[in-house]
Amino acid sequence: MAHTATLTDAPSFYLTDEHDHEAGGSTMLGFWIYLMSDCLIFAMLFACYGVFGTAYAGGPKPAEIFELPLVAVNTSMLLLSSITYGFAMLAMAENRKAGTLAWLAITGLFGLAFVGVELHEFSTLIAEGATPQRSAFLSAFFTLVGTHGLHVSLGIVWLATLMVQVAKRGLGAANKRRLMCLSLFWHFLDVIWIGVFTFVYLLGVIR
Amino acid sequence: MSADHSHGHDAPAHGTRRSYLTGFALSVVLTAIPFWLVMSGAIGNNQVTALVIMGFAFVQVIVHMIFFLHLDTRSEGGWNMLALIFTLVLVAIVLIGSLWVMYHMNLNMMPAMGSHDVSVM
Amino acid sequence: MSPDLMKTIFGRLTLEALPLHEPIVVITFLAVAAGGIALLAVLTYYKCWSYLWNEWFTSVDHKRIGVMYMILGFIMLLRGFSDAIMMRLQQAMAFGSNQGYLPADHYDQIFTAHGVIMIFFVAMPFVTGLMNFAVPLQIGARDVSFPYLNNFSFWMTAAGAAIVMMSLFVGEFARTGWLAMAPLSGIDASPDVGVDYYIWALQVAGVGTLLSGINLIATIVKMRAPGMTIMKMPVFTWTALCTNILIVAAFPVLTVVLALLGLDRYFGTHFFTNSMGGNPMMYVNMIWIWGHPEVYILILPAFGIFSEVTSTFCDKRLFGYTSMVYATVVITILSYLVWLHHFFTMGSGASVNSFFGITTMIISIPTGAKIFNWLFTMYHGKIRFELPMMWTIAFMLTFTVGGMTGVMLAVPPADFVLHNSLFLVAHFHNVIIGGVVFGMFAGITYWFPKAFGFKLDPFWGKIGFWFWVSGYWFAFTPLYVLGLMGVTRRLRHFDDPSLQIWFLIAAFGAVLIALGILAQLIQFYVSIRDRNTDRLRDTTGDPWGGRTLEWATSSPPPAYNFAFTPVIHDLDAWYDMKARGHVRPIDGFRAILMPRNTPTGMILAGLSFAFAVAMIWHVWWLVGASLVGVVAVAIRHSFNYDREFHIPADVVTATEGDRTRRLAALEA
Repeated sequence: MAHTATLTDAPSFYLTDEHDHEAGGSTMLGFWIYLMSDCLIFAMLFACYGVFGTAYAGGPKPAEIFELPLVAVNTSMLLLSSITYGFAMLAMAENRKAGTLAWLAITGLFGLAFVGVELHEFSTLIAEGATPQRSAFLSAFFTLVGTHGLHVSLGIVWLATLMVQVAKRGLGAANKRRLMCLSLFWHFLDVIWIGVFTFVYLLGVIR
Repeated sequence: MSADHSHGHDAPAHGTRRSYLTGFALSVVLTAIPFWLVMSGAIGNNQVTALVIMGFAFVQVIVHMIFFLHLDTRSEGGWNMLALIFTLVLVAIVLIGSLWVMYHMNLNMMPAMGSHDVSVM
Repeated sequence: MSPDLMKTIFGRLTLEALPLHEPIVVITFLAVAAGGIALLAVLTYYKCWSYLWNEWFTSVDHKRIGVMYMILGFIMLLRGFSDAIMMRLQQAMAFGSNQGYLPADHYDQIFTAHGVIMIFFVAMPFVTGLMNFAVPLQIGARDVSFPYLNNFSFWMTAAGAAIVMMSLFVGEFARTGWLAMAPLSGIDASPDVGVDYYIWALQVAGVGTLLSGINLIATIVKMRAPGMTIMKMPVFTWTALCTNILIVAAFPVLTVVLALLGLDRYFGTHFFTNSMGGNPMMYVNMIWIWGHPEVYILILPAFGIFSEVTSTFCDKRLFGYTSMVYATVVITILSYLVWLHHFFTMGSGASVNSFFGITTMIISIPTGAKIFNWLFTMYHGKIRFELPMMWTIAFMLTFTVGGMTGVMLAVPPADFVLHNSLFLVAHFHNVIIGGVVFGMFAGITYWFPKAFGFKLDPFWGKIGFWFWVSGYWFAFTPLYVLGLMGVTRRLRHFDDPSLQIWFLIAAFGAVLIALGILAQLIQFYVSIRDRNTDRLRDTTGDPWGGRTLEWATSSPPPAYNFAFTPVIHDLDAWYDMKARGHVRPIDGFRAILMPRNTPTGMILAGLSFAFAVAMIWHVWWLVGASLVGVVAVAIRHSFNYDREFHIPADVVTATEGDRTRRLAALEA
């Protein structure tokens, strides 16, 4: 035992009976703060879209180029991927490795579908001449939606990496933390998409 | 004594099957209705439609926060909520501020553009 | 080799990129190269590389990383100051038929580089370095929340600095001013590599800064010692918390605006162009949404340092702790509501200008409250005029004037006259030098013994002090006068000979500052030479009679900081422990869990540097390769789960025993 204060009523100034801090105690908070910074990135991209959203430069307008049925498909892919990730988290909480991996795989597939549809949309637009270089409106549109798509793509890479790590090392504390971070990331991207489909696509069409 | 040490006592919140499914169902509804409103033009008035779908978006974001992100005032001792509120305040400031400032800039400094359609907000 | 093959391998990099026609640059390069080779030779001769690699470069210890930031900042200070001296010289001589010695092309790069380097690669590293060093110690923690990320952040900042330095010798730097306003920074007006160097240096360094912000917030929130509630944190930790909140909230904006500028330049988008719907005013708007919080990021830690120094050297608890905290928080929030005051003249009109003018005036109030608190702390205190306290008093006298000229500029009609004049230049140097730089010097002097175990030599420090302070006033007061007379900033030549006397006085001031820097270099030399003498050695770990926890450790602290985590009962925790007769534990030590070193930070930063250079010079194969490399290394790093180790209990016991013996010897 350590010798601390000798006076009988003196306060204790040292934690003499400490045990190791569990690793990763700050991870969830740290990741959340990172997400807040990402939120600000999207906020600025939305601000740009707000400022440039009507700068058509005589080029295509939203109603002319947005295909809402396709956007609806996209949106459902992303929303479904959110619920399947949720199921993956439930499996993780119950320490079911196979179930977790299965639901993660399905999430990844929905994510790939989302990105695929978006790439198809972009390539169609570009083929029609509605390129990012055509006008400030299109620059802002491609950048906002593209940045979201890039985040989703990186999320899929992360998801694949985590699947390998969970398959190899199981659902230990570290992997669970990582899965929870990816969960926050994934749902956050769906929240941003709510903003995108509302303010870009839906409002764009009825402008 | 470890008064302030968070020795994992605040395990991050996680949902139940029911809460995930509730969130999902609500989200589907809150997405389908705006899409339908716009694609069908059911509300004759564009301004009103715009306000309605913005309202739905706002509600769906909250649904996501509660049912998918499990955000509450307890996570990380309230720091998550505080960080979110602070971020949202800043988001509002930079969005509204930028739109306000740029509207005036365009009005005063870009006469050639005229006052183009400013139905943005 | 065919030209096409050359282009594929080297992009647009050709031998023309070497500025062989600029004698000043050539001489600089030769000097830097000679010095660099000499340094490498010495390090190799004394076989320092494994020491440097193991103890510093791969270290995740916040104390080591903090010191590396300070070294980086100081090296870049020498570069940034060289730019300043060159400008002062040019402006002092270039009147009438005398065109000076710097052609416009070169001069414009100098003032751009001066601003970029001073803000991003001197002030930010100093601030980050001091926060990194002191905050974990002040809160009784063993390291920051994410030690690996901390190492990575440092190397990204260093990589950004390297990119800027590279622009001096290969290609050129931006000629746009430190904020690279559009459309001047667009591809049409600046097709050369200069703005690309600018963009990538800041993007790379910006990643480091943002991650550092996240790291320190998490650290302060999660890793405080038990009993240290939010309102028992040291004031410097409070200002560090608010600073890092500002970093996390502001740097994403910079990331976006530079990315959009990059898209305009690389892909021909129309965000900030003058056609196809683009709007350069949006660039100005966005860059200042970042830019204003940035200056508060710089000043808040300085305020924190002044609080610690004032209470320590007046032997008195800081007056008005609660109001200090509230003032800091209010400044943090208000700093987001003032940004338009940087471009009152751009044309947003009376209603917008009035709103921001009023908010700008309001934001000066909490700072005023802080000054009163420091004065009330000094009142009836036992003031010791050690060097940190001298810097603090110089700050109070200097910064206040700068604050007042800021309030003048906050009035839109006044700003219409003074915008972009030398008055503005004088104002911001007034607050940055008087506030940030003096604060950094105070902080460095204050914490130097903690970091290295010996104090800085006070004699040479005081010489440096008097040269710096007098130099500042001589250098910038004339600029206030010139600005009020209507002289514009960033000019390299003047026609009115009656202005010359003011520029000569300003040049004289710059020479005084140069002598101040020289005195500080001598101070370092003398301090290191005499580090084991009685007058400089810090044997107790508490050379100033400090009040906060960092002074409870040895100087320098052991790697683990505290053998036993302290328990906090009151504000000024160390003062409380001393006053209430704490007894330092002398046995019962346990093994301590610590993070391992890592080379990953350096590797990722090196790959980022390669990516940036490739983007600048359009070396597309390298762009792809370095990107793949970054992703691959990051993923591979994530497969490493073995990141911690235990410092054995007997090592801890031996280290602490050493300290026990030294402290006992002092009592004898």
